[in-house]
Amino acid sequence: MIAALIIVFREVFEAGLIVGIVLAVTRTVPHRNQWIAGGVLAGVLAACVVAAFAGALSNLFAGMGQEIFNAGILALAVVMLTWHNVWMARHGAELAGELRAAGKAVAEGSKSLLALAIVVGVAVLREGSEVVLFLYGVVATGNDTGWSVAFGGFAGLVLGVLVCMLTYFGLLKIPTRALFTTTTILIALLAAGMAAQAAAFLEKANWLTALDNVVWDSGWLLSDSSLLGKALHTLIGYTDQPTAMQLLVYVAILLITFVLMRLYGAPAKRGAPAPAE
Amino acid sequence: MSLFRMLSKACLAVALVSIAAVAPAKAQSATEIQLSYKDKKFDPAEISAPANTPIVIKLKNLDSKAMEFESKTLKVEKVVAGSSDATINVRAQKPGRYEFFDEYNEKVARGALVVK
Repeated sequence: MIAALIIVFREVFEAGLIVGIVLAVTRTVPHRNQWIAGGVLAGVLAACVVAAFAGALSNLFAGMGQEIFNAGILALAVVMLTWHNVWMARHGAELAGELRAAGKAVAEGSKSLLALAIVVGVAVLREGSEVVLFLYGVVATGNDTGWSVAFGGFAGLVLGVLVCMLTYFGLLKIPTRALFTTTTILIALLAAGMAAQAAAFLEKANWLTALDNVVWDSGWLLSDSSLLGKALHTLIGYTDQPTAMQLLVYVAILLITFVLMRLYGAPAKRGAPAPAE
Repeated sequence: MSLFRMLSKACLAVALVSIAAVAPAKAQSATEIQLSYKDKKFDPAEISAPANTPIVIKLKNLDSKAMEFESKTLKVEKVVAGSSDATINVRAQKPGRYEFFDEYNEKVARGALVVK
């Protein structure tokens, strides 16, 4: 039972962090709960589909289907996160202000919500398919430990939800003025980390071989399979043996986000001090 | 504005380099190792490979249930469906002992790769 709890918790931990952040980011947006819940639900359904076709998926791309698939959905999440940040740079003020109730803001807001719902769905899908396979394997065995394992798995899921809530309420403790800057930075780092992870998957598939030398090994200091290492891995993309390509992709995403936010950000708001500088 | 332009150019350059690097490439003379998995056991439980060359593990999951091949030190994590094969690419390693296991049965299903 404990083993099941640990396995399920390990998988839902990352999704819990991401959903918590997304909930905090969208706290003022109307109808956000339906969108986020929809994202989670779609993620769970997609996870079941992926689990059911795990063998077929694996066999694609000369046995590298899983890696390419993971890189692909991570890339999708990176695009959505970056787009959200750029969109918020332009419309964030209207959304938080009086215009919130106006029809246009709501309609515009749902575009951003769709992007974040996709991010949530992808986070749930990635880890969820492994949970589904694990639990299915246990249930298919059909012996009497099945219930105990199912209970352990459920407890792991509850712990994941707890992580999500802690993240959410922790972020809400930040004063509203600083929250926007904080979440913008969090999302940019989240996107950069996911992009670096996508690069790692492409490296594992041998699709990306340039600059694949390991730049440093900080595993002795903080292993990325420890709980703290895993949290930092999700939040800022920490990895204890990054390749030069991963670092390059990481920095590139941060730069692209910064430049796009500057180019497309609210043009008439030069008066407001930019805290990022 | 010139700063933005510089940054945009830098980003474009980075993007182009990344795209150029994404083109599929062949691994250089990798060591291929056959490994099978049955009744929560790896066979052989210990495999070996020369140092500083890429390694390819061909894993046959003979059980009817899915397993997840994982190694923290090798940075590998791969789901292998029941009764199917998987290819696992491992980058060139320094000499040492690298443990791997089935994540779904971490306590019993363990093995190691010895790099010499």
